[in-house]
Amino acid sequence: MTDPTLDVDALLHDPGTTIIVCCGAGGVGKTTTAASLGVRAAQRGRRACVLTIDPARRLAQSLGLEELDNTPRPIDSVGRDGGALFAMMLDMKRTFDEIVQQHGDPARAAQILENPLYQSLSSSFAGTQEYMAMEKLGQLHREAIETGEWDLVIVDTPPSRSALDFLDAPDRLGSFLDGRFVRILLAPAKAGGKAYMKVFGGAFTLVTSSLNKVLGAQLLNDLQTLVAGLDSVFGGFRERAERTYALLQDPGTAFLVVAAPEPDALREASFFVERLQQDAMPLAGLVLNRVHTTEAADVSGARAEGAAEELDELDEHALTSALLRLHADTMRVRDRERHVLTRFTGAHPDVAVVSAPALPGDVHDVHGLEQMGAALAGSVAVLD
Amino acid sequence: MGNQSPTRLHVVTGKGGTGKTTAAAALALHLASGGQRVLLIEVEGRQGIAQLFDVPQLPYEERKVALARGGGDVYALAIDPEDALYEYLDLYYRLGRAGKALRKVGVVEFATTVAPGVRDVLLTGKAYEATRRRHGQQYVYDAVVVDAPPTGRIGRFLNVNAEVAGLAKMGPIRRQADSIMGLLRSPRTAVHLVTLLEEMPVQETADAVDELRRLDIPVGAIVVNQTRHPALSHEQLQDAQQGRLDGGEVAAGLKAAGLSGHSGLLDALLREARAHAERVELETAQRALVQALDQPVVELPWLVDGVDLAGLYELSDRLGQAETEVPW
Ligand SMILES: Nc1ncnc2c1ncn2[C@@H]1O[C@H](COP(=O)(O)OP(=O)(O)OP(=O)(O)O)[C@@H](O)[C@H]1O
Ligand SMILES: Nc1ncnc2c1ncn2[C@@H]1O[C@H](COP(=O)(O)OP(=O)(O)OP(=O)(O)O)[C@@H](O)[C@H]1O
Ligand SMILES: [Mg+2]
Ligand SMILES: [Mg+2]
Repeated sequence: MTDPTLDVDALLHDPGTTIIVCCGAGGVGKTTTAASLGVRAAQRGRRACVLTIDPARRLAQSLGLEELDNTPRPIDSVGRDGGALFAMMLDMKRTFDEIVQQHGDPARAAQILENPLYQSLSSSFAGTQEYMAMEKLGQLHREAIETGEWDLVIVDTPPSRSALDFLDAPDRLGSFLDGRFVRILLAPAKAGGKAYMKVFGGAFTLVTSSLNKVLGAQLLNDLQTLVAGLDSVFGGFRERAERTYALLQDPGTAFLVVAAPEPDALREASFFVERLQQDAMPLAGLVLNRVHTTEAADVSGARAEGAAEELDELDEHALTSALLRLHADTMRVRDRERHVLTRFTGAHPDVAVVSAPALPGDVHDVHGLEQMGAALAGSVAVLD
Repeated sequence: MGNQSPTRLHVVTGKGGTGKTTAAAALALHLASGGQRVLLIEVEGRQGIAQLFDVPQLPYEERKVALARGGGDVYALAIDPEDALYEYLDLYYRLGRAGKALRKVGVVEFATTVAPGVRDVLLTGKAYEATRRRHGQQYVYDAVVVDAPPTGRIGRFLNVNAEVAGLAKMGPIRRQADSIMGLLRSPRTAVHLVTLLEEMPVQETADAVDELRRLDIPVGAIVVNQTRHPALSHEQLQDAQQGRLDGGEVAAGLKAAGLSGHSGLLDALLREARAHAERVELETAQRALVQALDQPVVELPWLVDGVDLAGLYELSDRLGQAETEVPW
C-alpha cells in the first residue's frame, strides 16, 4: 500500500503559495514544522515570514525572538538565492490592544485599555488567541502585498484542545461579540431600551434581572461599560473574522495538518481534514511527525527478541543481545505507528502524507530546523 | 490503605499529551485501594476517562467505573459546563426557570464556551462541592482527583476564583469564590505535575511550579511519565555515542544468533544504539532539572504496548510503592 507523498519542495517553490497554515492537536510539532518550512523556503529563494505562537524557549532564543515586539524581524544568514527569513512571536494582548488603538479615537481607546475587566477578560476569552492569530495573519498577508518584504507567510496555530478551534473560535468569539447577549448588555446605554423589549420580549427582563442577581450591580455595570466601549471601537467583529476566513479559502493558501503517529492525534487530524474538505479549504497534506524509523525493518521485533533470548541462554554476546532488544522495542513502536497510520490513510486515501522522524533530541536551533526541513522534503513514503 | 495524608483534592496537570489523564486515573485507583471511595473528575470534555476505563461515554452524573485492589471504588464524573451552570444557578440563586431565557440570548454559550473564566468558575466550583460533600458526618468521597487543564492554563484555572473575588467586591459570588480559594490554598489540596523527560514538558513543569508557588497553591508530586531503563550500561552508552561500540563483537554476536544474513543490520543496530545513547543523555539532563525543583518525584514506566486497563493497575501500583516519598 502506498500513500500519495506530499512534495514539500514543490509546495514551497510554487510562487502561487502565499500562505501555509500548520495546524493540529496540542504538542504534535506545529511550531517546529512551521519554523523548519520557513528556514527551508528561505534557503531556496523565498522570502518567508513565520508567525510562531508560544515557541519552545530555546527555539525562540536561537531565532532571536525574545524581544516581544509583535512585528517580524529578519533572521540574518538564513536566506539564500535571494531568499530571506523573517520571524515573529504572536503577542496576543498586544495585538488586541493595537486593534483597539487603531480603530477608535485616542480617548476612547485609553478608556477601554484602563477598564479593569478589559485586562482580565480580553486576553482570557476563549478564542482570543485564535482570533488574534487570524488577525495577524491578515495583517502579514496585506503587508506582503503592499511592501513585498516577504512573499510567503507561514503560520503556526495556538496550542488548543482541538485543531478545529483555530477555524471555529474566531467566529464563535465574533458572533458572541456581535450577538444578542451583547446587545442586551448595550441596551441601557442606548436609548431604545423599549425597542429591545420588543425584540427579546420577556426574556429581556428575565435576563437582565438574573444577571443583576448573579453578578451584582457593580460587576454588571463594569461589564456594560466595557462592552459599550469595545462595540464603538471595533464593531463588526464577526465581519473581520469572516474576512480572514475567506482568505483561508484562497487557492494560495495551503493547510498542513500536523499529527503524531498516535490514535488521538490522528483522530483529531481526521476531523480536521474532513472539516477542511467541507469548507473548501485547500489541504496540502498530512505531516506525520516524530515517526520512529529503522534501517533494519526486515528484522522483525519478534525475530530480534528471539535472537536476544538465544544469546542470553548461551550467556554470550551481551552487547549484541542488548542492541537486539533495543531494535525489538523500536520495531514494536514502529509497527504500532504504521498500524495507526493505515487506519488514517484507509479513511483518507487521497490525502498526501509526509513524515519526519523522531529525532533523538529536541529541535531548538536553525541547524535542527534545517534537518527537519530536509527530512520533510526528502521523506520517503511511511507505508510501503 | 491507612490514608494519613491531609490531601483530599488532587489536581493533576502537565503539558498536553504527557499523560495527565493516565496519571490521574492511576492515582484514583491507588487512592481507592483498600476500600476507599474516590471521585475522578474530567473537565475538558474529552471523554478520556471513559476511553481509558473502557466504559460508555460518561454523562453529567457520578458513575462507578472501576474496582480498586482490595475493594475500593473509583467513581467518575465528566463535568458538562452547561449542566453545571444550570445546577449552579438553581442551587445558589434558585434561577432554574431563567436557564432557558439565558440560553436563548446566548448567555449560556458565553458562560460555557466563550468566557473560559466563567467556565473555570463552574468547573472548580463543582470540584469544591464534591470534595466537601458529606453524608451525615462522613465525607461522601475520601478523595477527589481532577484531570485538570494543561500546565499552560493551570494557574488561570485554579486561581480564577481569586480573580473573581477581585472583580466582585461582595455578594454571593464573592463568598463562593473566597471559599473555593480557601480550599485550593490549604493543605487539603495538592497539584501534581506530570512530565516527560523532554525539554518542553520539563520547562513547562518548572514554570507551573513557580506560578503555583506564587499563587500560594500547594504543589504535590512531579510524576515523571514514560521512563525507560537504558538498554545499555553506562560505558556502552558512552561508546555508542562516540561511535566506538565494538562492531566486530556485535557482528560475531549476530552470527551466533543466526542473523548474519541481514546485510545492513549491523550498521542499523549501531545507529539505533547511538540515537538511544543521545536520548538517554538528554533524559539524564532533564531528570536533574526535575530533581532541582525540590518536590517529591515519582517515575512511571513506559508501557511498551500502550496503556490498557491492566497497564493502568500496574501504574497505580507504582504510585502506591512511591508512598514513602510521596504521601499521597
Ligand atoms: N521530529 C521531531 N523530533 C524530535 N523532537 C521534536 C520533533 N518535532 C518536534 N519536536 C519537539 O517536540 C516539542 C514540541 O514541538 P512543538 O513546539 O513544535 O509542538 P506544537 O504542536 O507547536 O505544540 P503546542 O501545541 O504546545 O504549540 C519541542 O520541544 C520540539 O523540539
Ligand atoms: N506510561 C505510559 N506508557 C505508555 N504510554 C503511555 C503512558 N502514559 C501515557 N501513555 C500514552 O500517551 C498518550 C497520552 O496520554 P494521556 O491521554 O494520559 O495524556 P494527557 O496529558 O491526558 O493528554 P491530553 O493533553 O491530550 O489530555 C496516550 O496514548 C496514553 O496511552
Ligand atoms: Mg506550538
Ligand atoms: Mg487528557
